[in-house]
Amino acid sequence: MRGRGFQIYAICYLIFLYAPIALLPIFAFNNSTVISFPLSGFTTQWFSQLWTDTSLLLAVKHSLIVAVSVSILATCFGVFAARATTRYAFPMKQGLMGMIMLPLVLPDIIIAVSLLVVLMQMGASLSILTVILGHTLIATPFTIAILNSAFQSLDKSLEEAAIDLGETPASTFRLIILPLVMPGIISSLLIAFSISLDEYIIAAFLSGTEATLPVYIFAQFRFPNKVPVIMALGTILVCLSITLLTIAEYFRRRGIAKAGGKDTGGFL
Amino acid sequence: MTSSPAPAARLARPLIELREVEKYYGDYYALRKITTDIREGEFFSLLGPSGCGKTTLLRCIAGFEEISGGHLSIDGKDMEDVPANKRPTNMVFQSYAIFPHLTVEENVGFGLRRDPSSKEDKARRVAEALEMVGLKGFGKRAAHALSGGQRQRVALARALILKPRVLLLDEPLSALDKKMREQMQSELRKLQRQVGITFILVTHDQEEALIMSDRIAVMFEGEIAQLDSPERLYRRPISRKVAEFIGIMNFLPARVLSTGPQIALDVAGLGQIAIDAEQCPGTPRTGDASVGFRPETMTVLYEGDPEPSRGKVAQGTVEEVVYFGDMSYYEVRLEGVEKPVQISMRNVVGRPVLLRGSRTRIAWEAGALVLFCEPKA
Amino acid sequence: MKRRSFLRSEAGHGLLMLSPTALYATIVMAAPLVAVFVFSFMTPGYLKVVWTFTLNNYAKVFSSPIYTALLGRSLLTSGVVTAVTVLTAFPIAYFISFYVSPARKSLWLFLITIPFWTSYLIRVFLWKVILGYNGVINSAFLGLGIIHEPMTFLLYNMNSVVITLAHSYAPFAILPIFVALEKIDRSLLEAGQDLGESRFMTFIRVTLPLAMSGVVASVLIVFIPTAGDYVTPTLVGGANGQMIANVIQLQYFKLGDYPMGSAVSITAMAVVTAVALIFVFLNRRFLRGPK
Repeated sequence: MRGRGFQIYAICYLIFLYAPIALLPIFAFNNSTVISFPLSGFTTQWFSQLWTDTSLLLAVKHSLIVAVSVSILATCFGVFAARATTRYAFPMKQGLMGMIMLPLVLPDIIIAVSLLVVLMQMGASLSILTVILGHTLIATPFTIAILNSAFQSLDKSLEEAAIDLGETPASTFRLIILPLVMPGIISSLLIAFSISLDEYIIAAFLSGTEATLPVYIFAQFRFPNKVPVIMALGTILVCLSITLLTIAEYFRRRGIAKAGGKDTGGFL
Repeated sequence: MTSSPAPAARLARPLIELREVEKYYGDYYALRKITTDIREGEFFSLLGPSGCGKTTLLRCIAGFEEISGGHLSIDGKDMEDVPANKRPTNMVFQSYAIFPHLTVEENVGFGLRRDPSSKEDKARRVAEALEMVGLKGFGKRAAHALSGGQRQRVALARALILKPRVLLLDEPLSALDKKMREQMQSELRKLQRQVGITFILVTHDQEEALIMSDRIAVMFEGEIAQLDSPERLYRRPISRKVAEFIGIMNFLPARVLSTGPQIALDVAGLGQIAIDAEQCPGTPRTGDASVGFRPETMTVLYEGDPEPSRGKVAQGTVEEVVYFGDMSYYEVRLEGVEKPVQISMRNVVGRPVLLRGSRTRIAWEAGALVLFCEPKA
Repeated sequence: MKRRSFLRSEAGHGLLMLSPTALYATIVMAAPLVAVFVFSFMTPGYLKVVWTFTLNNYAKVFSSPIYTALLGRSLLTSGVVTAVTVLTAFPIAYFISFYVSPARKSLWLFLITIPFWTSYLIRVFLWKVILGYNGVINSAFLGLGIIHEPMTFLLYNMNSVVITLAHSYAPFAILPIFVALEKIDRSLLEAGQDLGESRFMTFIRVTLPLAMSGVVASVLIVFIPTAGDYVTPTLVGGANGQMIANVIQLQYFKLGDYPMGSAVSITAMAVVTAVALIFVFLNRRFLRGPK
């Protein structure tokens, strides 16, 4: 069969992609502090240890506050930008969009240090608020990418039809545009949430004493006996991410189908 | 071909008045000083090639484009500062713009949201509108599950339910296949007569415009080249350009010898003749000109056919034959004319299709000729 | 004749609509970047900046062997990571675009993007666990009797950094190439074969040149961020796997030397941008043509 070689290669590639993640649950339930084969028995003690760690629970709380704020802020910015680029022609559009999308290729450490020095100079104190600032910046290009495809599949004449039938621009947005791009908005919220929940570098630089979950995890790497607990935590996080992503993908596809468009691929 | 005109009383009053309406984008003029009236209750078409400004004009009337200059009034009220949602117009979009997240019923009733009447009353009007466009019982269907023709009907019902003074149709039939299109053409015409609302149709299809309209404005490059009834437009086009855009017209080089109530001409292949001043819709001038005639106004004479009582006969050679079933098109080179002319003949029993190369006599009438005195392009 | 104010025009609406997002990016990203640029010419003071102009920071960056060596290694590592990632990604993109049925393409893309979205830190850490002295590979191979002593070349060097980063950036490399391949009109390939080329030569003469815009995009999208990566070298790089981002972090966090950190950041960004631009310039003939 044609493409057999490619198929084998693709499967090997998927194994490479998923191998590290596949190890997570294996060692999360392994009854040993040493991460190596052979396995030494089943245990759930690493999971139960998670619930007793107060600094972990605090970090989770910080992360959730940051991620929820970021997902809302970045999605709002994304809606504005996606609506502006898909609907209007205006001067400097390319340049401004280039700047807004720049965090996609700018190394996170550059964003982190530049924000850090400015905040320090202004005498601002570091907290989860400053993390929200940085995360919103890096999540916005992703929300724009998702929302762009949602807004793009909107036929402009739908809006004109609503105006023609007596609605105002505001009620047209509420009655026509919002329902049609809602799936895109939901998937944008979820993606921004996942990005923020997972981000380490900016959080490390800007969180001060209010550690987020990745900052907490990074600190635990120094203690070898904590490794199985991290594995347990990782298992939970991976399950959570996959669930969120599946929901996001579901809404993204439904959104395209709803607006009568054609699916052209993934998130990016 | 044309319908009987609507009652004269209703035609008298202009519903839409356009006064030197202009629309430009930077240096590009989409509309150049358009001045015309559109009458109450007529089926009015804007016909022209793509980019001639017909859609722009429609969108200016609807309020989706602001005019750059001039005045536009509907029903005696100036439309400057009246946004699209407050104008007494409704539109059927080229893409139909059926809201995909709503049912057929919700689509048709969309514009009634701000209407103060009762729920039952609205439901009754939606049902009536659906029945009017032949979609009785389709109310609960999802909009995205409809066929092209059904979408078109939903779009019509949705616009007409609001009883607008003017219904604007932007190339509404272009997305349909040929058979569906022909059916919708006659349905639209009937519907317009039934509701009595002014329809303004934008189309690039001259046949469609001829079939449906009371009056047609032919547009080129942002200007109205000619505004007339379909019959006048076909029989007395004002310029060669209009003549060529609507149907087929043959042109013969000619020279105008004198003007007046009768115009004396010397036409290549036809000789010296006189025509009525009415046969020159433009301005007659002496000198070089051209004479046009439609393919069906000349007749091929067969062996033994008598000479026509009126009209005259020319000699020619058949150069090409195109057989259309009910019709045959002949390219005939008239004696003394360089370019062959097209002549169409209905195929009837006992009249064999002519062969290429055969010599033939052509009967013609001076009354069918149109004179164009424009300078040569 | 009427004139509308700019804000009521089409262009005005668009700018107004974009302004919240643009303003945010300006304040939170562009302005701080400008500040870093300014700081890089100032005199260092612990945890603050002394406002006197100096070129000393840059002089130090270019004269000190640590900075130049780290910068060189960062570029080399990123270069290798980019080459490995893009070369291994191309066949995947090709497979999905040309061999997977249209209905299942979304599923494949989804499968490939999932690992990218799952905890980055934990993924990097897992590579440490996999490649370590007592790690998964060594323990498994020892247990199977394939080796008798743990392999040490796996972790804490450039190899481990390359593997880890190639793993992290796989979707970034695959998606742009996939998009470029999807855009290729399939009849062009048939035309290539119809005109007498073999399947392989059609690939070389038709498919590859048309896919190059995607390849360039994926090279840039992998190269630029990996050059500034900080977590991977810290966790799996060991002493010899450190990169320029580590020294930036050190300057800001441990030494509190903002101007010096800024100068290193600006230099690193400038060098990476220059390399990226040279790469784009070399491939300019593939990037022309209708968009």
